[in-house]
Amino acid sequence: MLLANHPLLGKTITGDTASRLSIRAAEDVARFSLRIDPASAPSAGAAFGTPLPTRIGGMVEAGGRTALQLGPDEWVLTAPGADSDGIADAFAALQEPHSLVDVGHREVGILVEGEAAALALRSAIAFDVEAMAVGTGCRTLFDKAQIVLIREDKNRFRIEVWRSFADHVWGILHAVSREIALGL
Amino acid sequence: MLLIRCPYCEAERPEVEFTYAGEAHIARPADPSALSDDEWRDFLFIRTNPRGRHFERWRHMHGCGRFFNAVRDTVTDKFAMTYKAGTPRPGDEEIALASASAAADSAASVKDARP
Repeated sequence: MLLANHPLLGKTITGDTASRLSIRAAEDVARFSLRIDPASAPSAGAAFGTPLPTRIGGMVEAGGRTALQLGPDEWVLTAPGADSDGIADAFAALQEPHSLVDVGHREVGILVEGEAAALALRSAIAFDVEAMAVGTGCRTLFDKAQIVLIREDKNRFRIEVWRSFADHVWGILHAVSREIALGL
Repeated sequence: MLLIRCPYCEAERPEVEFTYAGEAHIARPADPSALSDDEWRDFLFIRTNPRGRHFERWRHMHGCGRFFNAVRDTVTDKFAMTYKAGTPRPGDEEIALASASAAADSAASVKDARP
């Protein structure tokens, strides 16, 4: 029997109230990497059901589906896991040249929430996390691991990381949350 | 750590996200088979290696993934400006203007920075 391997399944780091920080593995979602000519982005948005953002870092969310632009011609699309086949079919009918790759099993999501979320992330991310606008995302490095960082709310961040790096990122977050809890 | 402005992301990003990709504005010969061995060697290996202002390529590897060009001083390591790949080499005035506005921006951000 095949079993899905999820390195962080059900894991949480609950800081005490003083630590103002809670970290948990996110629900699994369907993820797609989309490469398409920016001029054709509107038709791709129509196929996805959510318009694609037009600025790097921009994110559009509607009906549980999100589209985040990572590069000039690159988007990452996420949706509830059950929508996966429907999205693949919708893009198969799209006439524009494009590449849609299902990367749902490549990555895992980590939610970092709380007042100290930016402080925790700052320990391993080299740019100014606090200056990041709400509702934007970008690809960056967390320590040495490449991640996609999304700021969902002022105090809620989502990390999307390749599953092989997930334990590494989780370990750092665990250590950092202990330091914050102890007030170091 | 250096902060490098990516002209595609339009944001300052840490140096670790980038990789260096050699000198910029080196056009591949239109008809390589017509070149002599010496000309081909010059195209492949001979670079200006200046002391001072250098036009170079960088790639925002762990970000948008795009190649772009930068003007950097090889002595001070300061970036005067960055610009998109495919655009012509900026002139002296343009570089002075861009580095002056970048300096004003960083001075303003230092002033606004919290203690």
